[in-house]
Amino acid sequence: MATVIDNDKNTYTGIPTSKMLLWIGIVSIIMAFAGFTSGYIVRKAEGNWVEFNLPRAFTISTIIILMSSFTMQMAYIAVRKNNFKNAKTFAITTLGLGLAFVFSQFYAWNVLVDNGIFFVGNPSGSFLYVLSGLHVLHLVGGIIALIIVSVKTIQEKYNSENSLGIELCATYWHFLDLLWIYLFVFVAYLA
Amino acid sequence: MMWSVFIETGPASGGWTIYPPLSALPQAMPGSGMGMTLWLVSMVLFIVSALLGGINYIATVINLRTKGMSMMRLPLTIWAFLITAILGVLSFPVLFAAALLLVFDRSFGTSFYLSDIFIGGEALHNSGGSPILFQHLFWFLGHPEVYIVLLPALGLASEVIATQSRKPIFGYKAMVVSMLVIAFLSFIVWGHHMFMTGMNPFLGAVFTFTTLLIAIPSAVKVFNYIATLWKANIQLTPAMCFAIGLVSFFISGGLTGIILGDSALDINIHDTYFVVAHFHIVMGASAIFGMFAGVYHWFPRMFGRMMNKTLGYIHFWITVIAVYGVFFPMHFLGLAGVPRRYYSNSAYESFMDMQNINELVTVMSMIGGVAQLIFAFNFFYSMFYGKKSEQNPWGSNTIEWTAPVEHLHGNWPGEIPTVHRWAYDYSKPGAEHDFIPQTTPYSQTKGSNLPGEE
Ligand SMILES: [Cu+2]
Repeated sequence: MATVIDNDKNTYTGIPTSKMLLWIGIVSIIMAFAGFTSGYIVRKAEGNWVEFNLPRAFTISTIIILMSSFTMQMAYIAVRKNNFKNAKTFAITTLGLGLAFVFSQFYAWNVLVDNGIFFVGNPSGSFLYVLSGLHVLHLVGGIIALIIVSVKTIQEKYNSENSLGIELCATYWHFLDLLWIYLFVFVAYLA
Repeated sequence: MMWSVFIETGPASGGWTIYPPLSALPQAMPGSGMGMTLWLVSMVLFIVSALLGGINYIATVINLRTKGMSMMRLPLTIWAFLITAILGVLSFPVLFAAALLLVFDRSFGTSFYLSDIFIGGEALHNSGGSPILFQHLFWFLGHPEVYIVLLPALGLASEVIATQSRKPIFGYKAMVVSMLVIAFLSFIVWGHHMFMTGMNPFLGAVFTFTTLLIAIPSAVKVFNYIATLWKANIQLTPAMCFAIGLVSFFISGGLTGIILGDSALDINIHDTYFVVAHFHIVMGASAIFGMFAGVYHWFPRMFGRMMNKTLGYIHFWITVIAVYGVFFPMHFLGLAGVPRRYYSNSAYESFMDMQNINELVTVMSMIGGVAQLIFAFNFFYSMFYGKKSEQNPWGSNTIEWTAPVEHLHGNWPGEIPTVHRWAYDYSKPGAEHDFIPQTTPYSQTKGSNLPGEE
């Protein structure tokens, strides 16, 4: 019989294959958002662009997701040190902050609607909904990963020897954090 | 997408470029109703699968090579697949962005691409959109896409040409570098599809420059193919015929690309049959010939049987004559100003002179279509009744030919073979046979080793 191969061990480069898959996936997500934001710039340059103030809630979201990135990293470090108690606390806190971020985004959309900025209307508003909405969609993927990782952390399945799962979850989570900061700074200041 | 052929309003009919507002408004034509929705849904599924497949290919080629298979020992086919996958991962997300905004415009009433539209004297509510935005996003994918179609075929042809010439591929490194350069340039040339959109002439000149640069790596590849064939012990198998056919189309279709890539010349022949002729030869026929070469070459590997050679030759000669018969005259139609995408050219007095050329094109296309039935028959017949193949019928170096003819789970019994050399040691001076498989260590080929190989 042919040998069974673990695609994460003994790879040609030494990098686990799942890690490489995640990074290539991240590159493709970056390209999608690069597409959207360059479309934003091109469209804005043509004029007929309604200006409006961003809801304060987006700033709060930014602070929340920054904190969640910090707790995520702390959970990963705790696992590396076999400190299971801290790992559980930080993983659950990250999950809570992630949900709080989604809630805060929904609140921000409500404020926008109250201010008369709708999804259907001038592209300046539509673009904002598309950018923040797609980010939340990607974040929902991150939250699902985080739930799985949290359960496994509670079951103490990760330790200093076996931490690839939580490491990849942390990588994706940090990416979502940076992506939101980019989108926020882009809409608020750059564009 | 196939389903949309059977619905009442018919399939999407805005052409493959689905430009809004034509594609965005169901009032524009019946095809922009349900048919367009089904098209967009299938595009989303296609983009997702292309992305997942591309990510898988990249990680597999980089991370899961067998022992000894360094990047510079990869067969050119695998290099081509890798670069294709990279192009896909970078460009399909942008198509996704374009398509998603179109979905929003169509189904939710947003105005990303729509503005100031009157239908039957009534103004639509949409305001502030830009149809040019769609073209930018679409062609940012659209140009890399032609290399996504073509590069795998070029990779297959590299392998077939080297094997059936019984010679090392000429300029292996140049082949790899030129594919990488083509891939890079393909991302900065999309404007050559938009010279007629009111683009700033200076910007047009920039896109002309980047576009014409692609001629350099393309020419490198062509010369390398020809140099590989030069004075070679050519085995004219059906696969080799199709691979040489690809080189022929790549040249004749590439030359007209130089004309179309120039913003000043393009203005005269924009949206005419000249464009149709150009890209059907260079990325249509080329890519299909590369794939035919691949099928004839790897058929014994896939099914353990050989395809019928005579039928292969008949298929090749009829197809190559039909392809040139269809697309060569089209250049003249285009130069005479006959536009593409018209339902009936005979409705216009000025195009009546061209009737006989159109008739020739139609007859040729029918002959070409019928010839494909020969291929289909050969394919399925040989699958069950073809001559049984030996393990390595073409005397090939690459490792897939070292796996047993019977299909095993994991391809090889026991360990996966280790690679000791590149894939192109054909007719090496001093060697016992005219090929040395990649799995043969240098220690077993003392007589033919070059300095530095031990
Ligand atoms: Cu192009």
